[in-house]
Amino acid sequence: MIQPLHLLGFLGQASPASSSGCTIAPGGFRVDGFCTDPGSLHIPVAYRSIIPVLVLTIGALVMLALSAVLPKRARPGLWPALTALVGAFSLAGAVWQWYDLGTAGAAQPTIGGQIFYDRFSVLFLILISIAVIFGALSADSYLRREGLDGIEAYILMLMSAIGAMLMAQSGSLIMLFLGLEIMSIALYVMAAYHRRRTQSGEAGLKYFILGSFSSALFLYGVALIYGATGSVEFGLIGNFLTGNVIANNGVLLGGMALVIVGLGFKVAAVPFHYWTPDVYQGSPTPFTGYMAAVAKAAGFAGLFRVLTQALGTQQANWRPIIWLMAVLTLGIGSVMAIAQKDLKRMMAYSSISQAGYVLVGLQAASATGTSGALFYLFTYIFVIVGTFAVIGLLQGRGEARSDLGVIRGLGRRQPLLAGVMLVFLLAQAGVPFTSGFLAKFYVIQAAVQRGQYWLAVIAMLAAAIAAFFYLRIALLMYSSDPAEPGPLPVDVPPADAGVLTLGLEPIASLDLETTLVIDPPSRGPVPVPLAVGAVLAVSAAFTIAAGVSSFAIDFAKQATTLF
Amino acid sequence: MNAAYVIVALPLAGAIALLFAGCLPIRGPVGKVRDPWSGWLATAMTLGAFVATVWVWATQVGRSASGRSSDLNIFTWIPVGDLHVNFGLQVDPLSILWCLFVTGVGGLITLYSIGYMKGDPSFNRFFFYLNAFVFSMVVLVLADNYLFSFLGWEGVGFCSYGLVGFWFERNSAAVAAKKAFVTNRVGDFGFMIALFLMFKHFGSFNFSAVLGPLSAGHATLAASTATALTLLLLLGAVAKSAQLPLYMWLPDAMEGPTPVSALIHAATMVTAGVYLIARSAPIIHFSSSGQWTIAWIGAATALFAATIACNQNDIKRVLAYSTVSQIGYMVLGEGSGDYSAGIYHTVMHAFFKALLFLSAGAVIHALHDEQDMKRMGGLRKHLRITFPAFIIGYLALSAIPPFDGFWSKDTVLAAAFHKSPALWAVGVITAGLTAYYMTRQVILVFYGQARWADQSAAHGAAGHSAPPHEAPPTMTVPLVILSVASVLGWLLNAPFGGLDFINRWLAPVFPAAIAPSFAVHTGTKWIIGLVATAVAVAGVLSGIAAWRRQVDRPALEPAVLAHGWYIDEGIAAAVSGPLARTASDLSFEVDAKLVDGSVNGIARLAAESGRQLRRIQTGYVRNYALGIGAGAAVILFYVALRAGS
Repeated sequence: MIQPLHLLGFLGQASPASSSGCTIAPGGFRVDGFCTDPGSLHIPVAYRSIIPVLVLTIGALVMLALSAVLPKRARPGLWPALTALVGAFSLAGAVWQWYDLGTAGAAQPTIGGQIFYDRFSVLFLILISIAVIFGALSADSYLRREGLDGIEAYILMLMSAIGAMLMAQSGSLIMLFLGLEIMSIALYVMAAYHRRRTQSGEAGLKYFILGSFSSALFLYGVALIYGATGSVEFGLIGNFLTGNVIANNGVLLGGMALVIVGLGFKVAAVPFHYWTPDVYQGSPTPFTGYMAAVAKAAGFAGLFRVLTQALGTQQANWRPIIWLMAVLTLGIGSVMAIAQKDLKRMMAYSSISQAGYVLVGLQAASATGTSGALFYLFTYIFVIVGTFAVIGLLQGRGEARSDLGVIRGLGRRQPLLAGVMLVFLLAQAGVPFTSGFLAKFYVIQAAVQRGQYWLAVIAMLAAAIAAFFYLRIALLMYSSDPAEPGPLPVDVPPADAGVLTLGLEPIASLDLETTLVIDPPSRGPVPVPLAVGAVLAVSAAFTIAAGVSSFAIDFAKQATTLF
Repeated sequence: MNAAYVIVALPLAGAIALLFAGCLPIRGPVGKVRDPWSGWLATAMTLGAFVATVWVWATQVGRSASGRSSDLNIFTWIPVGDLHVNFGLQVDPLSILWCLFVTGVGGLITLYSIGYMKGDPSFNRFFFYLNAFVFSMVVLVLADNYLFSFLGWEGVGFCSYGLVGFWFERNSAAVAAKKAFVTNRVGDFGFMIALFLMFKHFGSFNFSAVLGPLSAGHATLAASTATALTLLLLLGAVAKSAQLPLYMWLPDAMEGPTPVSALIHAATMVTAGVYLIARSAPIIHFSSSGQWTIAWIGAATALFAATIACNQNDIKRVLAYSTVSQIGYMVLGEGSGDYSAGIYHTVMHAFFKALLFLSAGAVIHALHDEQDMKRMGGLRKHLRITFPAFIIGYLALSAIPPFDGFWSKDTVLAAAFHKSPALWAVGVITAGLTAYYMTRQVILVFYGQARWADQSAAHGAAGHSAPPHEAPPTMTVPLVILSVASVLGWLLNAPFGGLDFINRWLAPVFPAAIAPSFAVHTGTKWIIGLVATAVAVAGVLSGIAAWRRQVDRPALEPAVLAHGWYIDEGIAAAVSGPLARTASDLSFEVDAKLVDGSVNGIARLAAESGRQLRRIQTGYVRNYALGIGAGAAVILFYVALRAGS
């Protein structure tokens, strides 16, 4: 007999059913024991817990189906609009989840223990949905300028978001790995999306090879943890480690170390950051912003889940590792950024250094640290997506320029755009009255509460060093225009500036143009498309609003359900 | 929705709109500037805030005396540990009274500025500053804690800087703006130390925590703490309100456009110090020495500034020194323990000093930016509206009954007499000087020979030859309104017939526990009033006698007074002499070599290590993979060390 447990679960009613050896908690959120009855092999699915994932999946499938039906040159702007719409539905679903959960206590696993339904995940679902909306809106004009518009980019964006959401919600190491791969594979393709730019292809390839490498390490870590504890579910691992003391814990710690490496790669923590500058520089600019926001957030969600939920008992072992990673990430990120001459590369190192602050919040292993880190991640997406959207606007066709000179004199040419960029830069530098100040403040406060004064000092020094290059960009924006256009980027030989032949043979069936059109930006104001303008306005407004009031930190505090 | 939010929101909205209006390609009828739309927008916002204030006031009046205070939290800024900084508004009789005249007088001056600033290339910027100023000022007085109030305080200082230096292409304006700003920083220093002290003692900046329950006063406040807080806050107050020893920025601030002088340097900003003292009354109550200090600073400033005002030739500088002197009276009243007397004088002064400044602006406008009184004269025939307006302001300031100044100054003098006859004597002498220098000004400007005609003749074709003209209606309407206020405003707090509205209105804010009431005998009051009137009339008569026929009387204009007792020169000598040398040593030796050297060294270190570290970033995937592998190996090695035990 097949019991319609899943239906009961969806309706949120208590399902008292229990069949031979397993009990199902009210709401269908948890199955204890093993259901051996053939009729009950059906695992109850609490659909409400995965509404955003469902929305994105269905949305992506519908869009694919539509693209098959509609003529090839569909109305321009249709796909980004649909993507943003899907993102908006997903956002609405996530917000509904937020209120559906209320101020419930600890996380409840559901769907066979694979998914956590708690406010911690919902914060990330909201964050990722917003990133999808912003990413689609800011990518549209870029892709059209580069002659790359089509549905593929948006499908990839949705797929990566699905992966990121699954990571944030994951209840087990396997689910975490699945999410990681779904997200990463989409991101590899997005990095390589600019088919006619060699740097883009290179970025995709590098990201893919190193990503596979780190995934392998991660998976090996999962195997070791399973070997040590007999489970892959976070809750069960945690329970096991609370109840038992492993005399010989080498296998467990080795697994933990490798999982940290795998996720550390995704969040671009030193010393697993090498790919970041190359990939951020090579990827299409709006995708870089999206990638920096989503991959980092999802990676940190995974780290928090593994380290605090599954391995909370092993704090003494993992905190020093994260501490060292935080210090290295802060230091290397900000010092290296100073030496950069390319805007995208500089922002790549800047994003590395920003990850260091989140690590500071993570290693505090406290409610304050977690809420600070969540605040950091949530406010950071607005800043980073906005920053890269501005850079994308300025680069000119074919990403002709991304050196620092491209931003010179922006304040005079386009005061509003420069003002918005200034907000983002000040926020990343951590200037008061922006979200960046409070973000840094909260994580450093968490370190101080744990008595880690040295770490606090290091974090503040890193902020001071980093302020140098943020303010340098800001200063460039408001310094006067040079009389003549600056030099072309170094990687384009001046001899054949304008048209660069791609070394690889194009795949004929895709009907590609074989040449990359390079058209340096004109000295005049660049047009700001409405969609990008809206993204920038909302991001800047949020950055300031979160910096002068406490709603965002209250939000992050309520999402700190791990402690 | 409480109307109090509107008081704050409207000027803010105006300021933001005007800030961004600079980016819009809107053109007014005058051409490239947004003239006059910006002005009308700014006026509408400020007057709208005035209407909202009146609304709030009307709802307050309807309540019982104890129910007139309410605290509206807008949002919490930083909730960190014990420190909760709220952006909140405290609506109570004191803050609303201030808002009434800040937005009311401010609105009239904004309206006046539309005419005055007509054709200025930076028309839009001017009104942005005006709205930003009104916003900062209402934040200053409406804030429910000292820190938020301090934000408004700083905003006011910033707007003042921008407005004094509005014509920054003039060197003197730029220098004056800098002077105003630097002098105010000295006061801000006091205010900030007071903030730290408050946090240390009370763990909060909220008025409710720092000032204690109003009805009973602070039970646990030690006299030493109270004195320290009082003196530190007083340092802030004297800088903002241009009292001794930080008065010298105000006369120089006359470099700004005349409406600015009227708005900021007569009616509103300079009363911020008076407000701060009144607001802190529950602390001051516990410090007897603090009260005496306040009273004597007020009295000394009043006399000192009045002596300088006797010998100024610039029409606005006379009024500026007179403002310093009149604020001295307000502070004297507060130091004497009669806060409502000081506030009464503040309100009356806002009316008649704004009137005088705006009339002076009309005179300057009529004479094409001539400010030297020795080159005026005979204007009463030409300025048919400005002249009577100025005369009303003059009579009010000279404290001739029954105009505004007489009544409010009389209450202050009565309070001073109660505190100490010596304070009262200083006040009375000042009153005589006030009447004298104002008479001198009126005669030099409006009577006698028309000396501007010589000037224009001498200038020949310089474009001066047209006769002085009366100002446009946007300028004269505020003059008329303020004239009426200067004649009848005193009825707000008349000492008879149960007309003491301000006293009764403020009574809940200054209960007997923190401001013990005292009664001056009615007979004494009569004597004080009569003596003050006699002295004022004597001042007027001596002024007429001295200046009726002659324009230059060197015997009555000693250089020491014309130069303001050489205080500025003295400070300049001290600052440019040894102080400048020390500063230059510090800046070029210590700062450039030691501080900058180490900072640059660190920067160079960071940049250099960045350059070196770049070599790791080879671009080859194999090297990257090796790096990741090495990192993983280090971590594995570490956990291997910890494992097993």
